[in-house]
Amino acid sequence: MFYIFCPYCDEHREEEEFHPKGQAHLSRPADPDACTDEEWGNFIYFRDNPRGIHHEIWVHAIGCRKFFNVTRDTQSYEILESYRMGSAPRITQLTDKQQS
Amino acid sequence: MTQFNRLDNGGRIDRSKLLSFEFNGQRYKGFAGDTLASALLANGVDVIGRSFKYSRPRGIVAASAEEPNAVFQLGATEATQVPNVRATQQELFDGLVSQPTSGWPSLSFDFMGVFGTLLGRMLPPGFYYKTFMFPQAAWDTYEKYIRKAAGLGRSPREPDVDTYDHLNHHTDVLIVGAGPSGLSAALSAARAGARVILADEQAEMGGSLLDSNDRLDDKPAAEWVKATLEELARYDNVLLLPRATVNGYHDHNFLTIHERRTDHRGDRAPANLSRQRLHRVRAKWVVLATGAHERPLVYGNNDLPGCMLASAVSTYINRYAVVPGSRLVLMTTNDNAYRTAFDWQDAGREVVAIVDTRAYVTGAWQEEAERRGIKVLKGKAVIEARGGQRVTGALVTGLTTDGNKVAGDSQLLRCDTLASSGGWSPVVHLSCHTGSRPVWDDDVIGFLPGKTVQRQLVAGAVNGRFALDDCLTDGASIGAEAATNAGFPAEPAIVPSARTRPETRAMALFCIPHHKRNSRAPKQFVDFQTDVTAAAIELATREGFESIEHIKRYTAMGFGTDQGKLGNINGMAVAAKSLNQTIPQTGTTIFRPNYTPVTFGAIAGRHCNDLFDPMRYSAMHEWHVKHGAKFEDVGQWKRPWYFPKPGETMQQALDRECLATRESVGVLDASTLGKIDIQGKDAREFLGRAYTNAWAKLPVGKCRYGLMCKEDGMVFDDGVTSCMGENHFVMTTTTGGAAGVLEWLELYHQTEWPELEVYFNTVTDHWATMTIAGPNARKLLAELTDDIDLDKDNFKFMDWRQGTVAGVPARVFRISFTGELSYEINVQANYGLHVWEKLFEHGAKYNLTPYGTETMHILRAEKGFIISGQDTDGSVHPYDLGMSWAVKEDKPFSFIGKRGMKREDCVRENRKQLVGIKTKDPSIVLPEGAQAVDDPNHPVPVPMLGHITSSYYSACLGRSIAMGVIKGGHNRMGDTVHYPLTDGRVVEAEICSTIFLDPKGERQNV
Ligand SMILES: [Zn+2]
Repeated sequence: MFYIFCPYCDEHREEEEFHPKGQAHLSRPADPDACTDEEWGNFIYFRDNPRGIHHEIWVHAIGCRKFFNVTRDTQSYEILESYRMGSAPRITQLTDKQQS
Repeated sequence: MTQFNRLDNGGRIDRSKLLSFEFNGQRYKGFAGDTLASALLANGVDVIGRSFKYSRPRGIVAASAEEPNAVFQLGATEATQVPNVRATQQELFDGLVSQPTSGWPSLSFDFMGVFGTLLGRMLPPGFYYKTFMFPQAAWDTYEKYIRKAAGLGRSPREPDVDTYDHLNHHTDVLIVGAGPSGLSAALSAARAGARVILADEQAEMGGSLLDSNDRLDDKPAAEWVKATLEELARYDNVLLLPRATVNGYHDHNFLTIHERRTDHRGDRAPANLSRQRLHRVRAKWVVLATGAHERPLVYGNNDLPGCMLASAVSTYINRYAVVPGSRLVLMTTNDNAYRTAFDWQDAGREVVAIVDTRAYVTGAWQEEAERRGIKVLKGKAVIEARGGQRVTGALVTGLTTDGNKVAGDSQLLRCDTLASSGGWSPVVHLSCHTGSRPVWDDDVIGFLPGKTVQRQLVAGAVNGRFALDDCLTDGASIGAEAATNAGFPAEPAIVPSARTRPETRAMALFCIPHHKRNSRAPKQFVDFQTDVTAAAIELATREGFESIEHIKRYTAMGFGTDQGKLGNINGMAVAAKSLNQTIPQTGTTIFRPNYTPVTFGAIAGRHCNDLFDPMRYSAMHEWHVKHGAKFEDVGQWKRPWYFPKPGETMQQALDRECLATRESVGVLDASTLGKIDIQGKDAREFLGRAYTNAWAKLPVGKCRYGLMCKEDGMVFDDGVTSCMGENHFVMTTTTGGAAGVLEWLELYHQTEWPELEVYFNTVTDHWATMTIAGPNARKLLAELTDDIDLDKDNFKFMDWRQGTVAGVPARVFRISFTGELSYEINVQANYGLHVWEKLFEHGAKYNLTPYGTETMHILRAEKGFIISGQDTDGSVHPYDLGMSWAVKEDKPFSFIGKRGMKREDCVRENRKQLVGIKTKDPSIVLPEGAQAVDDPNHPVPVPMLGHITSSYYSACLGRSIAMGVIKGGHNRMGDTVHYPLTDGRVVEAEICSTIFLDPKGERQNV
């Protein structure tokens, strides 16, 4: 069970208070009606499944109800950072030490 | 004949407390301080079960968690049955009742032996895969015999009478294991002021120090254990948990501890005490001081009762004052096991010989053996045990120096106990739980904990440090390091000195060769619980399995309830040798939670019966109960389902409720509908993006029905939203969808459109909602309000008004889910019951009838209104539902779902569309889920057209009605389709409009 830092509450809380909401930093196309079926299909159905760094959205569902991002290593399940919506991740690749 | 293996002196048992217990229908005596296993051995019980596959007699092998054979069913009554209890971990209490779980039909009548050969042939390696390829019928036949014989135990047939609970902790340092390393680690950390939890699976803390004759600072080790525990118990920052197995090491230093609080006190827990407790611990730092398990050697007939682990024999002698035999042969690859022979001799019994697999070995241990006059046979091994129900002899043969082949003649040593030691395997299980791979170490001859991302340190034997003085100093410094890391600068505790004999190098030997090939030799068992032999593993490698993970699955090695604690390393060694490679080349061994089996009671804790899931009640719940409502669960809500009068069937009650509503007036408790308060200057814009229809022009005081879709264009919720003020709306959702819709709105606001100023809050519980529906609804409401103008032209359909109802502030919405004249009265929840009762006070003369969810379903189906989640299933868009009127294509913003429902697949011909279904025979009510076909005589497979989503008997129409999806259904009005049912009937039906009653909507337009 994860121990997740909420960047709005500014503290670690148990995973039971959160819901995962999938891959982060996907933007809804500005003009959906201009998208081809393939483009729209990619937006709604296709997600990355990386081994290693994954940026993902979580919501502090039974806490402050804020959505935020975490950077998680999908191999070790280590959470490397939590950051607010609208900001960019600081960690985009694993250090040698983290590489397993 | 009682306790003839018990010594007169020594041990940690209390001879003044005689306990009586039952095993396999026989009564025995033991002492307080015994485990069930030590008491059975004291009584000389050799055979405690029969093996799974070959039905061979089995005895107790070990003295701790790694025991593979003595796994019993406990319980004196049906309600207190507990399967899967290791006798080595069960403390004895007076009146304990236990049964072997294997050995059906009885330990002495060897039914399986009669056709054991047959079963043995039936169950070669790969049995699971090979057999399950056969038709299902074959398995049905085997299964009941195999299950009975397999020793899986059984669950109780009556509810558990005990309670179980959970406790959450945060701690600075969690130390797993209270042996020498764990105790000294705890001292260092506790003295620095860190919050420490020290958990140990045994009744008494002290670990190996309780099993040996070791001396610390020249005093018995037990004295240091006692002093240390007394000191630790004095600290407020220390929690000592004996009888508590750390069973799982999960992500981010979350660990679960299974504490058996009363299992040692009796068949059931004393009043007001929970029987077991699951501790859920978030630890800043973890110290694993889990020790090591001794590895048995693999040789012919090594499963005969009397074949035991060397260290277990020492434990039984030193801790329980039980010598499990008279004449011992000890086979070992290392010096450490010599102490078992010394313990045996000190107990006054005969050591026949120490058989040391090493040819050239001289040192302190060999000198001590010589001093004691014990014969040591060097460069030799026991290649097979002899005997029937118990060991009677050991066949000893010379070995080549590499241990790969036998050399020279054999001699038979007469003995009744054959102890073996192949060295020690660090207990790396917990370290593996989070995915860390253990690493092979040639010096340790075992796997050590591997690299981990957890905040974890290891101390003592689990780290390959087996000598007692190393364990003590390692524990002290690791404990200090853990406390320091957790923010409590600590110094290593000063530990007592242990005088240990230097040990010479051990030999890496796992499976003893035989004169014959392994496949011809007497069975050499690797995994006792699943009856996997060395020959079976070799067969697996010959059949092409090279990865140890595949070999394990093919042979079932390690798949018992002991997870292969004894056998896995030996199995890997056999596989490695057969594949001509090293153990690390063959793979690592991985263990998963839980370390030992956990009861369902401990997992469930208090989350059972009434506390299984929160239950939500409306403000009028007590009234419903008093008036005989039957309830149904909708999400966590208890909703009235229908209100039967005495003697009424369900259908009779529904008919009466429906007719009363259509003829006069009925009332529904609608409080459970989700309600979301939406405010902000961009609230209206947001609604336009989240709903499929238009919201830009909805005036204050008006309501509108809306459909909500996901980005793929599929409907996921619906409801009425009302405009309370220019920047203020109240949205209703389905009862079950409330939380999901709120999260959905927040997701889009926070991640896509944060520039919109809008706020959402749930107000579901704030309001009590009652819907009055029927021709007399207005008359009834008029009696309860004097400040709301109910005139049909002033308070129109889809209007809402603020006012007073029954003397309390109310919001009244003129909306209808029945097609009748209908008002939804919302009052502050605390007033709900008051207003509800007032309605009935005034409603009696109109025959005001309460109705539940079932009548609501019928009434709405008569009008063709959908229920999201029943008539939709995530694959249905608004056009499929025939609800194009609820989609506003030309809104300026591309609302959620708009692009999705334009995808090629969403606009193709022949999609499943929602239609009405009328059976030709009006008395037949189709089952929901029934599949439509055009031609029931079409050869299989018959093309399916779609299924029934809603189906009822309508008393108002005097016939059955249904809705369902049909491919291209909107263009098939009047067509006949057929519904073949599971009972063989084929029901003919006609496709029709979903609106069965009052198609022009005149009933509500009054
Ligand atoms: Zn938060």
